[in-house]
Amino acid sequence: MEFLLSIRPLLAIAVSLAAAGLILCLHQRPNLRDAVSVAAAVLKFLIVISMAPLVLAGGTLELSLFEILPGVDFAFRADALGMVFATVSSLLWIFAALYSIGYMRSLNEHAQTRFFAAFAVSLSAAVGGAFAANLFTLVIFYEVLSLVTYPLVYHKEDSESWAGSRRYAVYLIGASKSFLLAALALTYQLAGSLDFLPQGLLAGSGAEGWLLSAVYLCYLAGFAKAAVMPFHAWLPAAMVAPTPVSALLHAVAVVKMGVFCMLRVIFHVIGVDLMGSLGLGIATAYLVSFTIVMASVYALTRDDLKARLAYSTVSQLSYIILGAVLLTPMAAIGGITHIAAHAFSKITLFFCAGSIYCASHRRNISDLSGIGRRLPWTMAAFFIGSLGMIGIPPSGGFVSKWYLVLGSAGGQEMVFLTVLLASALLNAAYFLPVTYTAFFEAEKPGTPGLVAMQDVREIPMVAVPLLITALLSLALGLNPGFFVELAQLVMRGAGL
Amino acid sequence: MNGLPVLSILILLPVAGAAVVPFLRGRDAVRWFTLLVLLADFLLAVWILAAFDPASAAMQFREARIWVPALNMGYRLGIDGISVWFVLLTTLLGWICVLASWRAIAERVKEFMTCLLAIQAMMVGVFCALDLVLFYVLWEVMLVPMYLIIGIWGGGNRIYAAFKFFLYTLAGSLLFLVGLLALYFAGGRTFDMLALMAAEYPFRLQVWVFLAFLVAFAVKVPMVPVHTWLPDAHVQAPTAGSIILAGVLLKMGAYGFLRFSLPMLPDASQYLAPLMITLSAAAIVYGGLLALAQNDIKKLIAYSSVSHMGFVTLGLFTFEVNGMSGAVIQMFNHGISTGALFLFVGLIYERTHSREIAAYGGMIKAVPVFGILFAAFLLASMAVPGTNGFIGEILVLAGTFGVSGWAGTAGVLGALIGAAYLLGLYRQMLLGPVKVPEGSVMQDLRHRELACAAPLLLFVFWFGLYPKPFLSILQPSLDHLMTQIVPTGTAQ
Repeated sequence: MEFLLSIRPLLAIAVSLAAAGLILCLHQRPNLRDAVSVAAAVLKFLIVISMAPLVLAGGTLELSLFEILPGVDFAFRADALGMVFATVSSLLWIFAALYSIGYMRSLNEHAQTRFFAAFAVSLSAAVGGAFAANLFTLVIFYEVLSLVTYPLVYHKEDSESWAGSRRYAVYLIGASKSFLLAALALTYQLAGSLDFLPQGLLAGSGAEGWLLSAVYLCYLAGFAKAAVMPFHAWLPAAMVAPTPVSALLHAVAVVKMGVFCMLRVIFHVIGVDLMGSLGLGIATAYLVSFTIVMASVYALTRDDLKARLAYSTVSQLSYIILGAVLLTPMAAIGGITHIAAHAFSKITLFFCAGSIYCASHRRNISDLSGIGRRLPWTMAAFFIGSLGMIGIPPSGGFVSKWYLVLGSAGGQEMVFLTVLLASALLNAAYFLPVTYTAFFEAEKPGTPGLVAMQDVREIPMVAVPLLITALLSLALGLNPGFFVELAQLVMRGAGL
Repeated sequence: MNGLPVLSILILLPVAGAAVVPFLRGRDAVRWFTLLVLLADFLLAVWILAAFDPASAAMQFREARIWVPALNMGYRLGIDGISVWFVLLTTLLGWICVLASWRAIAERVKEFMTCLLAIQAMMVGVFCALDLVLFYVLWEVMLVPMYLIIGIWGGGNRIYAAFKFFLYTLAGSLLFLVGLLALYFAGGRTFDMLALMAAEYPFRLQVWVFLAFLVAFAVKVPMVPVHTWLPDAHVQAPTAGSIILAGVLLKMGAYGFLRFSLPMLPDASQYLAPLMITLSAAAIVYGGLLALAQNDIKKLIAYSSVSHMGFVTLGLFTFEVNGMSGAVIQMFNHGISTGALFLFVGLIYERTHSREIAAYGGMIKAVPVFGILFAAFLLASMAVPGTNGFIGEILVLAGTFGVSGWAGTAGVLGALIGAAYLLGLYRQMLLGPVKVPEGSVMQDLRHRELACAAPLLLFVFWFGLYPKPFLSILQPSLDHLMTQIVPTGTAQ
């Protein structure tokens, strides 16, 4: 293992933070302001990807700034797991930034400067979390992400967003103030440190099993961004946010932050050995299996497209955790790869929902009859995104689910294999009808308040980014090597 | 240290200022003069901190003059790694109080500024005193300027609040005097605190003295159930009064536990620790619930102080290094963030003359800078990671979980309730549809007001991310305290 002292992890975080400052300064020059967003996104991705060769070679880039508490530094480390999350969120920010510009302008949204500034800070927080070297640093960025996405959820400032943002804050802050705080305090008390260790920070603590299990459960509840039931209700509530926020933040950065934190806890705080010997892995697997199926059932009943996507996200996030807690190398590779696969597909689906809304002001699936002929590119991309969700080749979702199925078939519990297959069917059941409605149903007479169907047409600034992400989700299926290799590196480190 | 009696200068500078104030002409001259004196005092405190030897646990900058030889009473001063921070906090809040009262106090400015100068001298004196009588005298006399600040410049019900404040603290102080005399006779007839700390006392005496001290200190902290004077005092006090009350006076009680109860009465402290932990946990949860139910901004923050100070006493009585250092940093943090919250509430009140939370809404549209800074202090108060509050909270909780699982759970519950009322307050007042009380003049922060907030903000993030300087100066003194509280073996 090669350690390189490098400032690059910090730079990757700082780029979007600096961009947020610039965005605020340029509030009277919208073109320049939006150019800053895109430029920062590109720069951020380049910095992140520049670290990839070393990480792929088994090394890490580290930077320790100063000591916060005895045994706890404010420190960054770019390792394989962090690279997965950082690459996905910084790459997708580029397209989300382009898409946001088209979306916000075509709807003439208010407070665009606040929107773009908060968006940029969110990305700093996400990448900060990805590169955090210990729980303390991670939790700082975790909380920053909760706080800075609040104005984005509340963006519309109407009664609906007032209620949604309240639920968002109550769930996320409430969970972290109660469970996460307790988990951190206990961990610090037990281990005297909050560092991530390859074999698990608490592995050598010698604490009793029930106490370790309690700490783990506190983490599982405290990182509510992972949206494991019953801590999922904030995610559908957050759909009151403008669609670019739902797309990048509530399908990629925020929710993946939650899942990422759980992976850190599973692999680097509790450790694979304890997860297995205390039975925590199998217990969590049952819990997330329940989430996978139940969320899909919820999704099936939702007519609001974004709500359906939100419940689908709840379900898919639990795939990632399921992959990790099965504690087999194949399943874990599947879980980690699914971070990327789900991100590319789900952002496409949300982009499509936003594109439909911009072009036609339609939100309900039942109003979309025949819209595929007016928005062919959007609905084609939606179809591609759906493939990823169901796990049909050649999408990225196929690769990750393939590993997941292999991993769970290799384990002793066949029930998880059943869950995965049942969920794939459910996914098909709630995604394919959307495409069917859009392309094959006849146009209905116009509903008052909606744009008449004959006036609906593609908005290029919105349609281009979503086509790119759709293609990327296919490219990932054809060439998943990058993320699979990173996942293998995580496994090797964790001793699986 | 080069022979200069710096602590005396630190204490006497405001006294000298108070002597000059009556001869000044014009309100602005009085204001500027007081500001400069207290700024100079602050800078001196900063210099003391810089010159402080962080490696030593001993009392530094010591001064000793025998005062009444027959009683072995003396003018003894000195500070260690704990009190040096409270001297800094007191002098920092001192000049901020002057700025906060610049326009809010328009009548009897001379008298007001004299009170501010006097109370600062006394508060610094309490933190520096190493003689029991000196400590007691300053501790008592301090009530007078505070009584005047509330009683003269306070709100509509000021006389009631001032009396209540005075009676509660006085009742506690009388028991303090009894306990103090008991220590004097049992500890070798000296008022030298260091000698009293070194002496050993029989267990039964320790318990009785501990209980006497407990009443005195619990009123100041304040601990449930003797907290009821605090909301009244805060609601009626002018902004500067609230800042001093929350920022420094509440610390006196916890400081009393640190200086007297723990090192002098170690067996009783250990013996009664379950009681203290129970009372602290009750304060954390009950104070939080009371705060949750308030519709008056100042009352809400006052009750939040009860809850937050509960963490301090909780940490102190864990007898565990994390818990105790967490308690001390929480004391300092509470002074910073709650001081700032009262400052900001005062700024709103100056503009709107209403303390009713429901009368506000959407203020961030009108006063964005105010809104952002207010958010920062609220977040510090609810201990978000990255702010100073979190360091104190996590250390106290880590310490508590090592001692008592249920008290730790109560602490976590209190933290959760804290998030609820603080965020609820912000949501109601700053977000949503714009609503301000009639007759308000909404103006964003002026330069003077920013100057008040800036140093406090600096401490919020400095101690939130890099508390090492604080902890490293604190550590030797705390380690020394830990050796003192090892039971002497007389416990039964």
